[in-house]
Amino acid sequence: MKLVYFAWVRERIGRREEDVELPAAIATAGDLLAWLKRRGPEYEHALAEPRAIRIAVDHVHAKAETPIGSAREVALFPPMTGG
Amino acid sequence: MATAISVRIQTAPFDLTAEVAKLRALPAVGAVVTFTGICRDEGGRLAALELEHYPGMAEAEITRIAEEAARRWPLAGVTVIHRTGVIAVGHDIVLVAAASTHRDAAFAAAGFVMDYLKTQAPFWKKEHPASGTSGDWVAAHPSDDDAAKGWR
Repeated sequence: MKLVYFAWVRERIGRREEDVELPAAIATAGDLLAWLKRRGPEYEHALAEPRAIRIAVDHVHAKAETPIGSAREVALFPPMTGG
Repeated sequence: MATAISVRIQTAPFDLTAEVAKLRALPAVGAVVTFTGICRDEGGRLAALELEHYPGMAEAEITRIAEEAARRWPLAGVTVIHRTGVIAVGHDIVLVAAASTHRDAAFAAAGFVMDYLKTQAPFWKKEHPASGTSGDWVAAHPSDDDAAKGWR
C-alpha cells in the first residue's frame, strides 16, 4: 500500500511517500494510524495527536473506522487550510 | 439544468475577466457571483504564503463540492481555480465563481463552495515571514468548520 504525507505531517515524518506491507490485523484507517505511530520517533512525533490528523483513502476523506483493505493509496495530513 | 463545472489547480495567475466572460456565455445566465481570495500581509508580518496540495485528490474534492452545489441550486456554471506554490502578498490565491439565472442561487452557491473548499479541499498554507525567517504552517480555524456546518 502506498502512503502519502502532506504539510507538517510530511515534514515531521521526513518523507513524501512510501510503500508499506501492512500486517493482516490492520483493517481500518485508525488501525493504520496506531501501527504507524510505533514505527519510530519521527512517526510518533508526526502522529502524536490523532485528532489533528486527517486521513484520505484513495482520494476520499475517511474516518478512523473506514476499511483500508483494498485501498491503493492512503494519505495522512493536518487539517486543511486552503482558500 | 446541466451545470458546466470547471476546476483547475495551477501555479499561474488567473484572469478574472476571462473567467467571468466564459460563465456569461452559458445559456440563460442572468447573474455571476465571484469570490477572489487574496494573500494578506497580516499587519506587515508576512511576505508570502506557500500553498501545498494533494494532486489528484484536490481536483476530485473540489469537483465533488461543485457537484453538490449544482444539486442544491439551479446553476449554469461553477468555476474554481486554486493556485499553489509561493504567492506573494497582494496576489490572488483562489477564485470561486457561480453563474445562474437569478442572483440568489449564484450568491448561495459561491458561498457554499468557498466554505466547503476551506475545510475539505486538501490544501495547506505555510507562512513566509517578511523578516526572512522560516515560517510556520497556518493553523486551521474552528470558525471555518462552523461556516461549512452552517450549510447542512
